[in-house]
Amino acid sequence: MSFPWAEEYRPKSGFTRWIDQRLPLPRLVYGAVGGGYPVPRNLNYFWNFGVLAGLALTIQIVTGIILAMHYVPYDQAAFRSVEHIMRDVNQGWLLRYLHANGAAFFFIVTYIHIFRGLYYGSYKAPRELVWMLGLVILLLMMATAFMGYVLPWGQMSFWASKVITGLFGAIPLVGEPIQQWLLGGYAPDQPTLNRFFSLHYLLPFVIAGVIILHIWALHIPGSSNPTGVVVKGPQDTVPFHPYYTAKDGFGAGVFLILLAAVVFFAPNYLGHTDNYIPANPLSTPSHIVPEWYFWPFYAILRAFTVDFILPAKLWGVIAMFGSIILLFFLPWLDPSPVRSGNYRPRFRQFFWILILDILVLGWCGGLPAEEPYVMISQVATMYYFAHFLIILPILSWTERTLPLPASISESVLHGEEAEAAPADLSGVRPAAAE
Amino acid sequence: MIRLLGILIGLGFVAVAGWSLAWGVGAYVTEEHEESVEHRFHKEPRDIAYSFDGPLGKYDHRQLQRGFQVYKEVCASCHGLSYVAFRNLHDLGYGEEEVKAIADRWQVPVPSVDPKTGEASTRKALPADYFPNPYPSEVAARAANGNALPPDLSLITKARHGGPAYVASLLTGYSNPPAELPADSRPGQGLYYNPIFPNLNIAMPPPLREGQVSYADGTNPTVPQMAEDVSAFLAWTAEPKLENRRAAGWATLFFLIFATILAYLAYQNVWHGGASRRVRQTGPLDPENMAKNDEAKSDAGIAG
Repeated sequence: MSFPWAEEYRPKSGFTRWIDQRLPLPRLVYGAVGGGYPVPRNLNYFWNFGVLAGLALTIQIVTGIILAMHYVPYDQAAFRSVEHIMRDVNQGWLLRYLHANGAAFFFIVTYIHIFRGLYYGSYKAPRELVWMLGLVILLLMMATAFMGYVLPWGQMSFWASKVITGLFGAIPLVGEPIQQWLLGGYAPDQPTLNRFFSLHYLLPFVIAGVIILHIWALHIPGSSNPTGVVVKGPQDTVPFHPYYTAKDGFGAGVFLILLAAVVFFAPNYLGHTDNYIPANPLSTPSHIVPEWYFWPFYAILRAFTVDFILPAKLWGVIAMFGSIILLFFLPWLDPSPVRSGNYRPRFRQFFWILILDILVLGWCGGLPAEEPYVMISQVATMYYFAHFLIILPILSWTERTLPLPASISESVLHGEEAEAAPADLSGVRPAAAE
Repeated sequence: MIRLLGILIGLGFVAVAGWSLAWGVGAYVTEEHEESVEHRFHKEPRDIAYSFDGPLGKYDHRQLQRGFQVYKEVCASCHGLSYVAFRNLHDLGYGEEEVKAIADRWQVPVPSVDPKTGEASTRKALPADYFPNPYPSEVAARAANGNALPPDLSLITKARHGGPAYVASLLTGYSNPPAELPADSRPGQGLYYNPIFPNLNIAMPPPLREGQVSYADGTNPTVPQMAEDVSAFLAWTAEPKLENRRAAGWATLFFLIFATILAYLAYQNVWHGGASRRVRQTGPLDPENMAKNDEAKSDAGIAG
């Protein structure tokens, strides 16, 4: 890779040397996730979540491929085939519950991964493309999860597909043709189910491809770190393997314990009861809600209730898509040279307000569109847009930041200076990173 | 420049959302809030302790058999159980012959084809068959029930908030409408007042009465007893793999916790152990390592 202090790949046997000279795949792996990738030594546990998201995607692809061997994308049979998986396929209940809850956990770890990036300024130069590719992954994940939720063809599947594709119907002039094109008809039906199944199978592999770009772009500047200070030399880093592979192994264990606890003991907790009722186009559920990971965006969509030049529904659609699109511009909306929230006291306060705000939006999005929840979601929506589009740009002009440490090793070795005399690094223990 | 543009767009979104908020607040302040009738009279399901509650719970097979008897003698005349096969009854502790006999004596025959004429006909159920629907079609079901459709019960405890407790509470929740219930919310023709039901008025007549079934195990067939038994049975029809799931869950959790402890120790060992200190002492910029790198490069035929 591009670091002068990166360890060069060194074949251990004649066989790996033979391979390396013809197909430098061992070299690629070594440089990407092996001993050849130097990583800041002060990463905290929030840096585990990228690997956890990759693990979650792997679980989804493996369980999904096996589920697809038993699932039937036909409107008269889809619901029954899911019940067949639950009852008659060997360990089918485990596959389906893993897949359904795995999607939820994929979003949990991805959201934490994004919030880590927001707090520590991981979106800033030179990592803008890493950030933007990550947002592309998020959008692909949302499309995949939405289409996957339609496949069991339960009541919520059917009505969610109707509502979500209806969003495109709000676009002036071309909206309705687009909606019919997406659905393959005037309402969700067999063509919808069949194409959603096809795309639901395709998109995870597109996600995997964009993840490769995401990691590739990351490896040019290297990982950021909690201080936001750039790596100055080898004393600031440890090789990814074994240091961070060992740490990620522990993180993966904790992740799997939590996933297993939900899958085996509360597998329907995150789902909706109505999706155990087969789809019925003639009976509308009393409250149509998407899965919990869409609730904040659903709240933004429903916050626009009054026409203002444009119809209210169109405002809601613009705001909902805008709430993610604006994140693409974040590196330029917040060009403060200090990356980490640890050294930006004002930013830090607003960051925690934003977290609270998004939790409030999520809470409102899961509730029926009644007062006072709509008013609360309107206030929260105003803050969401104000935070990214008004507060962050002004902060980046006006904020007085705290002094940064001279280097990562200095920030790590507070109180251990005597031990860490530059001439003798023998007493340095990476443990101080925690 | 992007920041200025961002602030302008941000102000726009805040203004439009604020406009909606102003109207919402105005309407909220001026309009009267009436609690809906459903909200006022609706009752939550009562708390019922089942043997399968909690992470260690298991189905009580005698209770499931009693519940199956209630389903067979009471519910099955209107409600299907179409995702459950007779062979699944083995899980309740019935033997091979018993399951065959149950299928053979089932009230509704299974649709079939006459082997001689090829015309549609019916035959007796076999263990491999799924429970046949009591009505040949939705139209027939509605016609027989005053235009109400009795739902299939296979998944009912997973398809309703409150699960089995909701089902049991609903079955025992019938009462006379309270005097203060508004006239337009009173049960009409063919409806019955039941505050557990979200609409308050349900088309299903009170299905259970004291002593309706005579339990083989001698349990007293009171209405709450039958309601609990049949709701437990329906919890099983909705989640037949519950016991496998929990057993596998404990095994998986024990394994994962053990593996995670090992992973933590490995992590600590890598970061603090003796071997890592040797790596730290030298570091990649160490002349010795630089020499090794150069050697590796020349081995691999890479210049530089």
